[in-house]
Order: sequence, then structure tokens, then C-alpha cells
Amino acid sequence: MTAQNDNYALEIVRLNKSFVGLPVTQDVSMTIRPGERRLLLGPNGAGKTTLFNQITGEILPNSGQIKLFGQDVTKLKPHQRAHLGLSRTYQIITLFPKDTLQHNVALGLLGLMPARWNIFRPMSQHIIVEARRVLGLVGLEQLADCPISEIAYGEKRRVEIAMALAQKPKVLLLDEPLAGLSTAERNTIKTLIADIPRETSLVMIEHDMDTALDLAETITLLHYGKVIIDGTRDAVIADERAREVYLGR
Amino acid sequence: MNKIWVPIVVVFFALLPCVAGDFYINLGSQMMIAAIFALSLNLLVGYGGLTSLGHASFLGLAAYISAWLTTRAGFGNGTAALLSIAGTTVGAAFFGMIALRASGLGFLMITLALSQVLWGLAYRWVSVTNGDNGMAGLVRPMPFGISIDSATSFYWFALIVATVAFIMITVFVSSSFGASLKGTRDQSRRMAALGYNVWVIRWITFIYAGFWGGIAGLLYVYYNKYIHPSSLSITSSAEGLLGVIAGGSGTLVGPIVGSVLVTFLKNYASSYIDRWNMLLGFVFMFIVMVMPDGIVPGVRQLAARWKEPRK
Repeated sequence: MTAQNDNYALEIVRLNKSFVGLPVTQDVSMTIRPGERRLLLGPNGAGKTTLFNQITGEILPNSGQIKLFGQDVTKLKPHQRAHLGLSRTYQIITLFPKDTLQHNVALGLLGLMPARWNIFRPMSQHIIVEARRVLGLVGLEQLADCPISEIAYGEKRRVEIAMALAQKPKVLLLDEPLAGLSTAERNTIKTLIADIPRETSLVMIEHDMDTALDLAETITLLHYGKVIIDGTRDAVIADERAREVYLGR
Repeated sequence: MNKIWVPIVVVFFALLPCVAGDFYINLGSQMMIAAIFALSLNLLVGYGGLTSLGHASFLGLAAYISAWLTTRAGFGNGTAALLSIAGTTVGAAFFGMIALRASGLGFLMITLALSQVLWGLAYRWVSVTNGDNGMAGLVRPMPFGISIDSATSFYWFALIVATVAFIMITVFVSSSFGASLKGTRDQSRRMAALGYNVWVIRWITFIYAGFWGGIAGLLYVYYNKYIHPSSLSITSSAEGLLGVIAGGSGTLVGPIVGSVLVTFLKNYASSYIDRWNMLLGFVFMFIVMVMPDGIVPGVRQLAARWKEPRK
């Protein structure tokens, strides 16, 4: 059992969090295998983003444990977890609006390199080349020199993903990557996510069922901060409780 | 377009002593000192998004340490300079640890409080600082055996130090670390998620800013050959901040333009107008209303509008 635990990419053990008495995460346990595609479902206020924030360390849980590849990271700072291979995107776009696309992605790369401490040299050519390559992966190479503030919303969503992909994360948390997109744009992002290499485990929050269910292998359903069902995609879809949570009795 | 006026400015400053009298040369020296001070403060305000109202701490600290070491402890100017810069940098590291517990308004208040502590010490710890009388009887150093007692030679000295400061600070903000710093200013949460230690980035910047603030303080005490607690006062900090904001925070040239303007008004206009502070207030109001981002970004926008054909 212990030996098997160490094989999980991400392991959450009995996590609890309350905001001034309001429980937002209740006894949540979850395990993600390397390369797994997990969908986190739940109505608004189910505590999905709060769970993400605890995994990345932006919020500390009241009790419980979070492990990355067997290592207890519960007390680690967000930047320390990033160096262990954890990356995320944000539901509300969190980019550097005055900077170019290239610079945004380059910041993603620089964050994991010792060069980020260098006070004498600018970013190396190597970083810039790599940033443009990653922008190419999301189809935005031709806009590399544009400031973020001048590109369309759908393109910003792609930069969000590019920034995370640049870090070659082992575990990637995607917080509503399709929010606010048109059908065409959604398909672009869907292809992008489907193409993420299997070295990366994915945990995704998404409300767009058509797309999300296509991408997911396993589903965790949260409701009022509790795990209601946890299982393979087909098992969860077939489950009565899933319908109750989403459609009401 | 930017590149054209760089040599013009350099030639202007280099040739100033050949054409101007002592009054203007001394004014030029004070502008250099104020410019180094504003450049160092701009690292925090403009590039770190951390508005400090206590930057005079480092100017005053370096000046007092140097003055005390040379007059009371019998050190030579060279050793005193090294010790005072080292002491100021350590002081900045310590102040940074306290002030960076907060950001935004909290940071501003803590920096203000810390500088007030030093100001109070300088005023009341008479046995060490000579209190309100200040410390007089200082002599200027002789770098490489060259006297910098005359107005012109001191001006050259200040110009060289200011140029080195400008280059070092430019390299700093253009570096990878500078990119990290600007990132923490714009999206600190994201930067942490990307693997940046936001606190340490800010702390290093605070120390570096303190270091250059100390260099400005050394020049300041060499120039005046005298130090008074007022150099640690909130007015002293605010003048630096005024220079940064008026010239354009977060730009490299802005703080120089701003502090040149403030020094000019303070020293030149004050000999014609009693209430020069009021004049400074009006000029500042005018800048803020016409060019809310400061003179340098404002002029850049104007130039851009000039170039683009109107629609």
C-alpha cells in the first residue's frame, strides 16, 4: 500500500478548510496517477477553485495532507511547489498585460531557472527561442511581439496555457480553461489540451460538459466542499447522485 | 529617437563646468546626488511597485556613519566610506525584513515609521550625533589622491558616480532579475505560482536600493561637509519620491529628470521666491494633471502622437 502511494502524482489526504466557520473543503481525499486526466466537477461554490488554491499553496488547509510524488508539500510555499513540477492556469486571466506574449511565456520559463536571480544579464537568447517555440505550440507565434493588452480574449486563454506548458509541469491544474470562449475557440483549446503530453497529469475544472467529458478519464464530483463521487468517467456519468447534484431531484 | 538625445545630454553635463559659474556647478552636483537617490528609490517605487516614504533612512544612515567614523573614531575617509556603505546595506537588509512584511499602504507606513525612528535618533542621541547642531568639520576625501574640494572637481566626481549608478541600475532592471521584479509588481500571485520567491526578490531589491541610497548619502555628506537630522526627515524622503513620480516612475530616465527639476526649484527658485515650496506644489500639480504618468512617459506619448497622422 505504501509503495503504491508513492506512485501517485498528486495525493490529497483528508483535506479540510473553513473560511470563518464556513466549511469549503470537507474531508477531501483524492489521488491522481501520473499521466491521468481528471475532471473536477461541481456546481458553483462547490469549492473547486479553493481546492486548487490549496494544492498550489496559495491557501493553507486547516488540516490534512497534500503530496506531490510522495513528498509532503502541505507546508510548502507556492513557489517551492512550482519547482516540484506543479503548474496551474487561472479561471480569471492572470497575465502581464503590458508585456508581450513572448515575455509572458519567457517568465514562465525563467521561473524555474537559476538565471532568475541574475542581476547582471538579461534573459538569454535560449529562453526567448524556447518561448517562441511554445507560443508556436498554441498557434500564437505570429503574435509573439504583441502586448497582451492588444490580443483577443480567446488568445489570452491560449497564452495562459502556453505559460503553464512552458514549464513542462508534471502536474497541471487547469481552472476553467474554456470559460467565456466561442465554440470555435473552445475546439482550439480542446485540441491543445488533448495534445498535452502524457508526462503531465491533468486536473481540470470545467463546466462545459461536452468538451470536458471528452477529455476526462476520471471524474471527481464535489458538492458543498465534499467529494460526492469519485471514479471513472463512465461510472460517474451513470451515477444517480451526479444527476441529483447537477439537475436537482 | 531616444538614442539621439543621449549624447546631447552627456555632452551637456560634461561641458557644464566649462561654461557655468560655481553656483550652477554646485547646483549640478546637487542634481547628481538627488538623481542617484531618486534612481535608487525608483527601483522600489517604479519597478517593485513598493512605494517607500522612508528612503532618506539610507541617505542619512550612510552620511551619519561616515561623519561619525571620520570625526569621532578617527577613521580615514576611504575606510569610513566602505564601512558606511556596508553598514547602510546591512541596515537596508534589516529594514527590508520588517517593511516587507507588508506591501502597498502598509509598506509605505512601515518605511515611514522606520525612517522616523532614525530621524528621532539623530535628533535626540546628542552624544553621538550632536543632535540639532549636526556634525560639522568634515573634509572631503581624496579619491586616488585627487582633491575634490573645488566646485568643478566635485562636480566631476559626482558625475562619474552618478553615471556608474545609472549604468548599474539600468543593468539591474534590464536583467533577468529585473524581469522577475517587474513580474512581482504586476502579478505577484502568478509569479509565486510560476516558481518565483516573491518575498526574496523584493528583499534583494530593497537592499540594492538601500545600497545606492547609501552612495547618494555619502556624496551628500561629502558635498555639504555637514550633516543634520533634517536629511533623515520625511521631507527628505518625500522630495526623492516627488522626483521619481514627477519624472516618471518605472522609467530609467524619469527619476533623473524629476530630481533635476526638484533640485532646480528648491535651489534656484528659492532665491527668487520665498514660498518655493508652494511653487513646487503647483509644478507638481501641473505635472500630475497634464502628465499623470510623469514627465518622461508624458513626453513620449506626446512625441508618439506627433508622429502618428491624425485620424
